[in-house]
Parts: sequence; structure tokens; C-alpha cells
Amino acid sequence: MTSPALQLHDVRKSFGRTAIINGVNLAIDTGERHAIIGPNGAGKSTLFNLISGRFQVSSGRIDLHGEAISGLEAEIINRKGLARSFQITNIFPRLSVYENIRCAVLWSLGYKYSFWSRVGALKDVRERSEEIVERIGMAKRRDRTAGVLTYAEQRALEIGVTIAGGANVILLDEPTAGMSRSETDDAVELIRKVTEGRTLVMVEHDMSVVFNLADRISVLVYGEVIATGKPEEIRASKAVQEAYLGTEQH
Amino acid sequence: MTPVINLRRIVFWAAVVVVFAILPVIFKQSFALSMLSQMGIAVIFALSYNMLLGQTGLLSFGHAVYFGLGAFFCAHALNFIGAGKLWFPVTLVPLIGGLAGLVFGLLFGFVTTRRAGTPFAMISLGIAEMVAASALMFTAFFGGEGGIATNRTSGGPMLGVSYGPQIQVYYLIAGWCVVSMMLMYALTWTPLGRMANAVRDNPERAKFVGYNPTRVRWLMMSLASFFAGIAGGLAAINYEIVTAEALGLVASGNVVLMAFIGGIGHFWGPIIGAVLITLLQSALSNYTQAWLLYFGLFFLVIIMFSPGGIANLVTLHNPVWRARLLGKLVPSYAIAAAAGSVMMLGFFALIEMIYHYEAKESATKAFSYFGVTLDPSTAAAWLGVFVVFGVGVALFYGATRIVRRAWDTLTPELQRQGAV
Repeated sequence: MTSPALQLHDVRKSFGRTAIINGVNLAIDTGERHAIIGPNGAGKSTLFNLISGRFQVSSGRIDLHGEAISGLEAEIINRKGLARSFQITNIFPRLSVYENIRCAVLWSLGYKYSFWSRVGALKDVRERSEEIVERIGMAKRRDRTAGVLTYAEQRALEIGVTIAGGANVILLDEPTAGMSRSETDDAVELIRKVTEGRTLVMVEHDMSVVFNLADRISVLVYGEVIATGKPEEIRASKAVQEAYLGTEQH
Repeated sequence: MTPVINLRRIVFWAAVVVVFAILPVIFKQSFALSMLSQMGIAVIFALSYNMLLGQTGLLSFGHAVYFGLGAFFCAHALNFIGAGKLWFPVTLVPLIGGLAGLVFGLLFGFVTTRRAGTPFAMISLGIAEMVAASALMFTAFFGGEGGIATNRTSGGPMLGVSYGPQIQVYYLIAGWCVVSMMLMYALTWTPLGRMANAVRDNPERAKFVGYNPTRVRWLMMSLASFFAGIAGGLAAINYEIVTAEALGLVASGNVVLMAFIGGIGHFWGPIIGAVLITLLQSALSNYTQAWLLYFGLFFLVIIMFSPGGIANLVTLHNPVWRARLLGKLVPSYAIAAAAGSVMMLGFFALIEMIYHYEAKESATKAFSYFGVTLDPSTAAAWLGVFVVFGVGVALFYGATRIVRRAWDTLTPELQRQGAV
């Protein structure tokens, strides 16, 4: 029996006296596409920040492939194979598209803090970066400064930076937020393509995206997971409808 | 992309070597030679500073600490060599300065690089104050007010090189300058150099691609301190004396100005700044006692009108150059330069008039200004200077409109060619 890709044991987080996450238990299987939904303020982004090491848990434990990662620095967690994107685009604005991707590739290929190898001469870095740029459909924008890209392009680059290091667990925080219908469709295709064979956890508000992509869904309300299951189970669940879908269904 | 052996790069660096080699052949005077030596030192120092500011986004107000410590260690090394207690070729003594810079960069950087932005700037200022104060306290090492005197010829002649004549020292500085420039440039294209830019742009994102931003900053700062130490070592050899001024706040401020005036957004920007400021400092001070005022104004004008420094003004013309349209700008620039000269002539005359009117020591207040005798005690002189200045301002204002119009006519052409 192999351990789940990601497992949360009674994770709690409070800021001062305000409890944001109230004992979340969650197991996400390897290769699964898992969506976390819930009303605004339910703590979805906080949960991501806890998993990825941006915040430290107040109590509880988070395991990545059976190994505890709670309490580690974000970069250490990243090196163990967990990468994330951000709800608000978080890229390197003054670097080109290609350089953004290249920066995300370097550590995973073992170059670390090297100040003796010439980055342009590293064949593996070049090939991997070019492949990622191609895969996110940005080959024509390769040398553009990231800060001047359109919003949808920046979101695609954000995903590219997230997957470039070859992490096998990917956390995407509202990857389609603020996109038009057609941009969303493109983004869903992109996500499907680039997370092939990896474990995906995503926070998403757009229900069509969620029901389209996710194998399983967890519903987070007031810092607690009130239901986890297949899309059709979640759709049918009375508790979920009351707590969430009923109030926000379009 | 780029192959390992790049012909263009080889040609470029060969040209740099040739320029360094022939400069003293063109500028033979002894003051020119010592100025060129100063420039070489300033170039290394300013480039090392830009590893922090331009590349890693760290605004340091204490970079001269590593320059000065490098200089002191080299002065002592030279004295040890002179006393026969140490055998070490003088040619390689700057390396001792570099290592001293590196060690102190590692030490102080460990503390300072935990923060970026304003806290980093403040801590760097604190460390600069602390080291400057120590320099006056620990007189055995720093020599107190008098500093540490040394003798660059103490190694004796080696292969005919004694470092007695300034020309030999110039070539020593030039050699170290070329090597340092190459190394610092190469560093920008290593994984660490690239990640320094990433950390400058967005330290948090750097964490989520596996890098520790503090570690990146620390390494960059240590390496920058290494090159600052080399520059300091060369200064010790060049001047044969090192005082606490070398690591003081004025020296730290100076290198900030060099980097900013030259342009921190480009690798070669600080080179322009270093050359220009050294030139201004030594040449201008020969002509006018009010040179510090001009220097300050120059800095103000650059920061106000071209925050990217001179390098940015130059690269602004890259698309025009590539579209082969630069010729269309030249006439308007010539007009602006002529008008600007009239304005400056009037402005400088005004400053000098005020300065000489204020100066009490001389019996007569009259002075010679570009061959014209100006006497600030006469109304005619004031009137004349005001008229020249006023006409100059009006002309220059008109000229800026001509320049703008020239640019406006180029824009559609550039867009058509897809150059912008």
C-alpha cells in the first residue's frame, strides 16, 4: 500500500485568535486531479499556503508521499516535488518568458547556486525550457518581457513556471480567475495537458472547470472539509447544496 | 542559441584589451595616466556595486567597506613583502584584497542579506558606520588619521617590472580591470546570476521554484565584495597610502552615484558612470572650485530626466539604429546641443559669478571665463550673463520641441518596421 501523494492530518491554522483552518483531513492519491471548492473566505488559499510552506501550520501535519513537510521552508518543499501557482499572477516581471521558465527549471536539473557554468551552454536546461515554452503555447512570445504580456498569457506563464521544475504534485490557485469563456477553455486544455501523469490539486470557483477537470472534489466551508467525493456525489450531496452550491449556483 | 566559442565575444574582448593597451599611448601626460589608473579602479568598483544594485536589487550604502578593507589588507601585505616577512608577487596582491573583501562580505552579508529593500539599505549603512568608526579606533591596523602608508615597489623588480613608474601600475590596473570585467560579465550568465535577477524581481516566487532568496543575495553580495576588494587592493598599490576615507560613507555614496548616473539596468552602465565621474572629479576640480556643485546638479539632472542613467539614453536609440534612421535624429540633436551649450555657458557663468562675488580672499573679484573677463562687481557683467542664460534657456526649450518632433516623425516608421 503506497502512501497518498498528499495527506493532511488535522491541519489547523489561526491568525491571532481567528481560526481560519479548523482541522482539515484530506488524502489525495497519486495521479488524481482534485479540486477544492468553497465559498469566499472558506480558507482555500490559506490551505494552499500551508501545504506549500508559505505559512506554517498552527497544528497538525502535512505529508508529501508519506514524508512530513509541514514546518519546512517553501523552497525545501518545492525541491521535494511540490510546486504551486498563485491566484494573483506571481512571475518575474522584468525577465523574458523564456527566462521565467529557465529560472524555474534550473534547480530541478541540479544547477543550484552555480556561478561557474554558463547558463546558455547548458543543453539540458535549454531543451527543457524550450519544451515548456512550447507546451504552454508561448513560443511566439518567447523573448517578450513577462510584465508586458496580456493577462491570459501571464496566467499561462504562471502555470508554465509552476510545472517547469518537473514537480509531481501541482497546486493551482484559481488558474482561470478573471478569464473570458474562451480563455478559460484554453486554460482548461492547457492544465489537462501539462498535468498529465501528475497529481493536481486546484482551487477553482468556475464550476464548469471543476466538473470538467476534477476526478474528486472537496468542499471547504469555514475552514473544514464538509464533503469529499466524485463530482456526481458532490453535485447530489444535500449538505453541499445547502452550504455552498445552493447559494452560489448560477 | 549561443555556441560555447563565440567569435563576436572574442572580438569584443580583444577590442577592450586593445583600448586599454593604447589609451596611455594617446594620453601621454602624467595627470592623464593617473586619471586613467583611477578610472580603471573605479570601473571595477562600480561594476561590483551593480552586482548588488542592478542585478540583485540590493541598495547598499556601505559598499566601500569592502573596497577599503581590501585596500588596508593589501597595504599591510605590501609592507610585509617589503619587510621580507612575506614572499608574494606584487602583481597578485590585489587578490589578497579580493579575498579580504570576500571574507568580510560573507561575514557581514550573512547578517544584512536576510532582508532586502529598505531594511537592507539601513543595515548596510549601519555596518558602514560601524566599520568607519572601528577604523579610527583600531589604529594599529587602520593607522588612525594618517592611514597606512606603503610602497608598491617593495617586491623589487620582477621580470623587469618594479611598479615604480606609473605606466606599469596603469597596466597592472588595466589587466585586473579586464579580467574583473570579464568575470563579472560571465557571472551574469550563470545560474546564480540569472537567479539574482529573479530574486530582484520577485523573491517570493524564487522560493517556489526551489531557491532560497537569502542565499542568492548572500552569495551575490560576497562575490561583489570580492571584486570591490580587488579594486581596493589596486587603489592601495596606486596611491601607496590607505586612509579611513577609503571605507567611509563618502566613498560608499560615490559608487552609488557612479552606478546610477551610468545606469543600473545595463551591465556596462556603471562603466560609463565610473569613467565620467572620475573625469569630472579630477578634471573639473582643476578648473573651478565650485565643481562639487556642478557634480550634484549633474546627478540631479540625470535622475530627474533619465532615471535609467546614461546607458538607458543610449539604448533608447537601439531600435532607431537598427532601423537605420539615426541620421534623421542627428540634425535635431545638433541644434539641441548648440542651444544647450549656450544655456550651460550662461548657467555656469552665473554660478561662477556668485561664487567669485562671495569669495572674499582675493582683492579683485574679476575672473577669466572662457577667455572673457567677468567682474561680478559690475552691473554690466550680471546683465550680460543673465541675457546669455535667458537666451540659452529659450533656445534650448525650442530645441527640445524640435527633438520631440523628430522622434514623432520616426515613430510610425519604426512601428511599420516592427522595431518597437
